[in-house]
Amino acid sequence: MDYDRRHVVESMLQQMLFIRLFEESVEQDALQGMVQGGVHLSIGQEAVAVGVHHALQSQDYVTGGHRGHHICLARGMDPRIMMAELMGKATGLSRGKSGSMHLIDPDHGILGLNGIVAASIGIATGAAFAVKYWQRSDQVVVGFFGDGAGNKGLFNESLNLAGLWNLPVIYVCENNQYAVETHVRQSTAGGDLSHRAEGYGFPGITVDGMDPLAVWEAVTQARTRAVNGEGPTLIEAQTYRYRGHDVGDPQTYRTKDEIADWRERDPIEYLTQMAMANEWLDGNTITALRESMQREVDAARRFALESPDPELGVALQYVYSQGGTGWQN
Amino acid sequence: MAELSFGRAFAKGLSEEMARDPNIVVLGTDILMRGGHFGQVAGLGEQFGPTRVIDTPISEAGLVSLGMGAALLGLRPIVDLNFQDFMLGAMDELINQVAKWSYMSDGRLRVPLVIRASDGAAHGAGPQHSQSLEGWIASTPGLRVVVPSTPADVTGLLKTVLRQDDPVLFFMHKMLSAIKGEVPDEDVVIPLGQAAVRRAGDDVTIIAYGIMTSYALQAADSLAIEGISADVIDLRTLSPLDVQTVVTSVKRTSRAVVVHQAPTFGGFGGELTSIIQEQAFDYLDAPVVRVGARHTPVPVASILQEAVIPNVSDIVQAVKSIC
Ligand SMILES: Cc1ncc(C[n+]2csc(CCOP(=O)(O)OP(=O)(O)O)c2C)c(N)n1
Repeated sequence: MDYDRRHVVESMLQQMLFIRLFEESVEQDALQGMVQGGVHLSIGQEAVAVGVHHALQSQDYVTGGHRGHHICLARGMDPRIMMAELMGKATGLSRGKSGSMHLIDPDHGILGLNGIVAASIGIATGAAFAVKYWQRSDQVVVGFFGDGAGNKGLFNESLNLAGLWNLPVIYVCENNQYAVETHVRQSTAGGDLSHRAEGYGFPGITVDGMDPLAVWEAVTQARTRAVNGEGPTLIEAQTYRYRGHDVGDPQTYRTKDEIADWRERDPIEYLTQMAMANEWLDGNTITALRESMQREVDAARRFALESPDPELGVALQYVYSQGGTGWQN
Repeated sequence: MAELSFGRAFAKGLSEEMARDPNIVVLGTDILMRGGHFGQVAGLGEQFGPTRVIDTPISEAGLVSLGMGAALLGLRPIVDLNFQDFMLGAMDELINQVAKWSYMSDGRLRVPLVIRASDGAAHGAGPQHSQSLEGWIASTPGLRVVVPSTPADVTGLLKTVLRQDDPVLFFMHKMLSAIKGEVPDEDVVIPLGQAAVRRAGDDVTIIAYGIMTSYALQAADSLAIEGISADVIDLRTLSPLDVQTVVTSVKRTSRAVVVHQAPTFGGFGGELTSIIQEQAFDYLDAPVVRVGARHTPVPVASILQEAVIPNVSDIVQAVKSIC
């Protein structure tokens, strides 16, 4: 058990560190205008994606919203190809057609991030419908979304369908307290969003989203339920984004103190302390780890920067599955 | 050959495809026992049972989204939205999600999802149950739009749709539900993007689709009595569009009338008109004329309904105005 825990903690720490450094690099490039389109950083929320990932198997699927770099990296998206997509390069996942908000990587079970709030909830439900239809016994789907998405109609329709049909889906709400400038308490009736699951007849729980181990535990239980045919679970992970809603957000709606309070609970710091207290890692190994992660991020960045722009013809490809724009015969 | 109604022709095509492909499922309200509100899935519940003919809550957005998620994994769901007007509750899913996935994934994912819905004016159905929204969908890159006019086309086009991988909206006019026609017993598939020339003529080309095809043919009959012979083209699908058949005919007849039941202003007919003038301008002897509904919702009282939607004599007059 202790060995397992150590192994998990080290793996989580490594992933969270990588995501943090990757995002910091993206932030710099976004400020320099090197990243195409809007960028919603996941800095501060790493524990949610990493905790979820550690509870999943490689055959599981995920969907996410506009803030999903952490999900993609946790699930194994190649950071070079991802960075190239963010920069709109020919070597990017979709050769520049999807960008940050719509990263899609079927090879890693990432059915897609999404620029439309709440859409990820319905798509995840549908994927779970297919999994159940084929009676695949060891596969689940995780639908990530933000607290803002919980008030959309699709949330109700989808969770009702999932509850009704007992679908193997886990809804993970990353409650980072804000939808752009609107605090969750200004937008959401009835207290914790997780309470809403009760109305659909399945469990809803609120977990500490700054603790990847807590998320891991909750999702592990939810996954067990799902593969045992016991249906969906709604998990609300309380977390916080350290950065603005998107790169460039002046953040007039919250105080520096509030940010500092949440940063006290930083998940990377938390696991670092745990690893050191247990003598699983020492200062040197952590520094070495950080340096090697930084090298990897830098390599991804260099790969993206050195990659060519896409051929213009790419813009006309795959509007339809046969490859073209195909409006006329 | 069997004589089948429009609705039964759908059920026949679907039944044969479901027997062939276990990945096809149909979801909608009141379909398992009732067979749908237009008989379009009659008998399928008995044949395939509740795991493949699935009664659902009233959740248009949720179902289109669910259909998409399932389709991404390779299932082939048909979501039956009943009335086309109800599709509006799922427009976000259709336009922002379903239509975008092939493109945004650069072809690595596909959405073989079919949405069936009944459209058009019918017996006082009124402003919220009578719309013809096909042009809106056809203008969206990434979606396919099928608008059959005969039972044989319903079966043949449905079979094609269920053997290809793009998202398709399959619109069946309510007033065609009960019409009957011969449907081949054999496995006949009709390619998307292939218009049918329903009647050959030399003086004018009338371009229609769905229910307006039969109106156009009736108009052509009465025009023939007056010595005007019309080529009547039934587009069958709006996306992909059979531009060639349209343009070839217009180049020969030098005159065109474009017909649909949707309002003229902003309708698909404007697109057809533009294509004709772009590709056959030098051949035209007269302006292209559009025949469509007035710019109003469809009212309930039947005399009012008839006053705003186009009829046979509107088509006849439109033709005469340029012949
Ligand atoms: C349907 C829809 N409405 C509005 C927007 C604009 N928008 C983008 S992100 C966002 C806030 C979403 O908040 P939340 O779901 O809590 O996610 P977070 O940004 O906090 O991660 C809004 C309003 C959108 N993308 N989609």
